[in-house]
Amino acid sequence: MKWLALSLLLTGLLAGTAAHATEAAHVRASGAWIRVLPAALPAGAYVTLHNGGDRPAVLRGARSAVYAEVMLHQSSSTGGMSRMRMVDALVVPAHGTATLAPGGYHLMLTQPKQPVQPGDTVRLQLQFADGSTLPTDFIARPADALGAGR
Amino acid sequence: MMPGRLRPLALLPLLLVVGLLVTSLLLGGCQRVAPLPLRLTNITGHMPALDFRLIDDHGKPVTGADYRGKVVLLYFGYTHCPDVCPLTLAHLHVVLQRLGPLADGARILFVSVDPARDTPAILHAYVNAFDPRAVGLTGTPGEIEALVKRYRGSFSREPGTADGNYEVSHSSAIYLFDREGNARVLATPSDSQDDLVHDLKLLLGAGAAS
Repeated sequence: MKWLALSLLLTGLLAGTAAHATEAAHVRASGAWIRVLPAALPAGAYVTLHNGGDRPAVLRGARSAVYAEVMLHQSSSTGGMSRMRMVDALVVPAHGTATLAPGGYHLMLTQPKQPVQPGDTVRLQLQFADGSTLPTDFIARPADALGAGR
Repeated sequence: MMPGRLRPLALLPLLLVVGLLVTSLLLGGCQRVAPLPLRLTNITGHMPALDFRLIDDHGKPVTGADYRGKVVLLYFGYTHCPDVCPLTLAHLHVVLQRLGPLADGARILFVSVDPARDTPAILHAYVNAFDPRAVGLTGTPGEIEALVKRYRGSFSREPGTADGNYEVSHSSAIYLFDREGNARVLATPSDSQDDLVHDLKLLLGAGAAS
């Protein structure tokens, strides 16, 4: 009985500590939006991540029930050439921000299982290096949008 | 002593000739088309005129000559490009909106560097999602390569993923042509909308006056 109480207490303590220590728990997302393109073409998703924690949070990618595949990408323009490459991680510094914005880091969403229209809200599970996730609602915007809008 | 006095006198006719030449050049310059005070990189005379044979987004064969009379914004990209191409086209849309009715004299020509996937139908849906004055163009790989090279650009297909998806790296420049099809301005996606609006106004105005 004593042993059981102790183990329950320990389990509770560990679970509590883990919940507060996850990377996702310290991250707040704002201005999340998706640029929706016609004909189910790959779409770019953008968001600003604020890390209130004392340690860096490392974004690894995202999952979505709507898009079959989500990849973390980075666009660059050097020497007059536009390129896009897959990246493994984006660090959100401790007490800092990381921005996924057009022309830089973004999530590439492909193969929508249902049509996504401007005005829709699409939930993405942002995934961090420690396995924690941050559910974030992205607002779908038209192709010619330049930001999340209001 | 004598040669020392003669030298300035001998130079005088030469100075007069040079002065007359400079004056006549200046006057001559004024009589020809005054160079436009463009803000972005002026490529007048440094890039060839607009010329191509491609298929438009209605599936119709078109040539560069079909766009004479319009100020053309030429940009290379592909529809499976989710980030930089839409960003550039969205910027160009804002720029044309800012020109108001003048923009009817302009056309965005979006040339696909991914003809394997970019059919006229997909290009049609894509460009019209940005601006009604945008035209999607595709063609054979050879025709597209020739056009890209004509403007000193390049593109290359990157290694694909397991599911067959792939990206295409491509020149990011936007080339502006006047109504006569002459190359006039080289812009980049990072140039300000103000500068693009400024230069397009000059090109649209200059063309209308002639």
